[in-house]
Amino acid sequence: MRVLVIEDDKETAQFLAKSLKESGHAVDLAGDGEAGLDMGRGALHDVLIIDRMLPRLDGLSVIKTLRSEGVRTPVLVLSALGDVDDRVKGLRAGGDDYLTKPYAYSELLARIEALARRAVPEEQQTRYVVGDLVLDRLSHRVTRGGEAIVLQPREYRLLEYLMKNAGQVVTRTMLLEHVWDYHFDPQTNVIDVHVSRLRSKIDKTFEKPLLHTVRGAGYMIRDGAV
Amino acid sequence: MTELPRRVSGLLASSAFRLAAISAAAFVLLASGLVAVVFWQANAVLTDQVVATLSAEADALRTEGRSGRAGLLDAVAARSRPEGPGLYVLVDSTGRKLAGNLSRVPPEVLSETTGGVFRYRPVTVNSSAPVPAERLAVAMQIVMPDGDRLVVGRDIEDQRRYADGVKRLVIAGFVALSLIGICVAAMISRLVLKRIEAINSAARQVMAGDFARRVPVDGSGDELDGLAVNLNAMLERIVELMAGMREVSDNIAHDLKTPLNRLRNRVEGALRHDDAVAHKEALERTIEEADELIRTFNALLLIARLEASTIEDSATDVDLGKLVAGVVEFYAPVAEEAGARLDFAPMSGAALLLRANGQLLQQAVANLVDNAIKYATIARPSAASSATTAASSGVIRVALAVEHGEALITVADRGPGIPAADRERALRRFVRLDASRTQPGTGLGLSLVAAVARLHGGRVVLSDTIGETEMPGLSVRLALPGTLLVRGAAASGGQPEATAVGTAALDASPTSDVRSADLIGVAGARGVGHNARA
Repeated sequence: MRVLVIEDDKETAQFLAKSLKESGHAVDLAGDGEAGLDMGRGALHDVLIIDRMLPRLDGLSVIKTLRSEGVRTPVLVLSALGDVDDRVKGLRAGGDDYLTKPYAYSELLARIEALARRAVPEEQQTRYVVGDLVLDRLSHRVTRGGEAIVLQPREYRLLEYLMKNAGQVVTRTMLLEHVWDYHFDPQTNVIDVHVSRLRSKIDKTFEKPLLHTVRGAGYMIRDGAV
Repeated sequence: MTELPRRVSGLLASSAFRLAAISAAAFVLLASGLVAVVFWQANAVLTDQVVATLSAEADALRTEGRSGRAGLLDAVAARSRPEGPGLYVLVDSTGRKLAGNLSRVPPEVLSETTGGVFRYRPVTVNSSAPVPAERLAVAMQIVMPDGDRLVVGRDIEDQRRYADGVKRLVIAGFVALSLIGICVAAMISRLVLKRIEAINSAARQVMAGDFARRVPVDGSGDELDGLAVNLNAMLERIVELMAGMREVSDNIAHDLKTPLNRLRNRVEGALRHDDAVAHKEALERTIEEADELIRTFNALLLIARLEASTIEDSATDVDLGKLVAGVVEFYAPVAEEAGARLDFAPMSGAALLLRANGQLLQQAVANLVDNAIKYATIARPSAASSATTAASSGVIRVALAVEHGEALITVADRGPGIPAADRERALRRFVRLDASRTQPGTGLGLSLVAAVARLHGGRVVLSDTIGETEMPGLSVRLALPGTLLVRGAAASGGQPEATAVGTAALDASPTSDVRSADLIGVAGARGVGHNARA
């Protein structure tokens, strides 16, 4: 995956470049809005990471310009402004996801990987399959090894989101935002409890676990070890 | 001497003076118009009267003259008293005077057929007396059939003098009136200016840094007094906000410096050893602490922003029932895990709508539930007790009700509670009761809830939860005004019938386990006054 990072703070940019390269991605850096816009126009990248406050041309204008020119590359907006309104503005400008500084690198990585995946045009999938776990999105039925698993509506949506991003790390915040549509910090380990309940239903009585905890990052559902 | 022109120009520049002067001028103008009309009318009436008298007399004399010149001569001679108001002269066709007390026919009368105004010198009896002054008179002439002409007149000098006197009086009066008007205007403006100057000087002193300074209020209740009261209220609010800011910085200093220092110590301690495992562990703990710091910082920042914002920008129609149910569902597994139970009965057959910031309300309710779960399960000091109380101690009641147009969201636990003396403090901005951080979280939960309530023009009330448990428990009630009750919207999905809650909240069930007498820690009440919605 090739990532363009438009970030004016050199140290942050270097840190992101180094970390993303270590995670196996190619990285291009742009130090200001105009340079970033020029590089983003080529549509050579899988994901753009754009800081909101940039010299010369601010981040939201870069996104708006790119979108108006038909560049559909997914964008993760980075911002020190964490208000609900700021998030809405960022998404309205054409950003696909919004991450507030300071953030954990694992969070950023999980999000751009989810973004890049989302960009691949997937035909409307009616079934998610991970190993012998099957989620039917039409009948809302979940089976494992042919055995029906009864889930609460919220558990179903949790599993659906995890399976949609199968093989990829999903952070607690991503779950909070996508499954519950909550944008605050619940402080307690609420997500962990929900996930462990789900796990007890889909993994407990089976030999091979599918729902894995990724330490320091979040969760991942996949067939096989993390 | 430069003082006077300066003061005069200052006076002229004052709007109070201009206003008073304009009204005085308008009054004088109006009065002079009125007097002029009255004067003119009176003059006309008097003139008419004189003319009528003259005509009557002329008619009478004409009748006398019909019988011949002799009768007319007698009549004229009889009427012509030397100093009387009646003036007569009879001349023949050649202009020779035959009788009368006028020396000649005034030329002004000759040209006029209806009569004219002229000046004359009265004929004096005593020839040694000084020549009398000219007097004003009106007269009309009658031409007799034999060619004689009779002039009948009236002396109007007295009337003229009287009219002149009145004119002088009126002019003097207007001059006096104008002067008094200017003086009054000046006085009014000085009076007003003095009070405005008092406000200005107070404002200057506040700007200079004396924030305790207030605008003097004289209690008269007039506009300037109202202005002073409002200015003082504004200053009060500013001082309050500044105190809040100071409190914020103090609290930020405390809440952030302490963990920062801890963090620093850990890194320093780890550096002293050459152990890779210890380094890794220290780094991991450092990240955890940094995350904790970020959380605290975010909470502080959010509270500060809420204090300084209004709800209008971010308000949407929020279904409170759905919101509370969502949060309860979200926290239910955590509560269970902690040995507690969330007890929430949704309102049936009606939806509660409120113009609010949904995400902030979610967060506020989540904070309350989160807190309740943390404290509901704290072991009581006298641990061993009957099984029933042990079972009920973990129940957390979450209730949604409407009362007088206010949505009441109550979260009641059976934990150790907050002593009455501490309740108000618990709701103050940026205050952490649990400074020692024995529980996870920022400890700013209640402050944030109070800030969200203030933002919505509502309030937070803390009280004991009444129950049979030995611990008082804490009941937090979040009251949000301006709620709309929509009947049947949730149940039938049909045409919702919207009614104002205050009049139609029949199925509003007041939460029974909160003693109203116990509502001690009332916070956010002043927020109502400052909120545009209130």
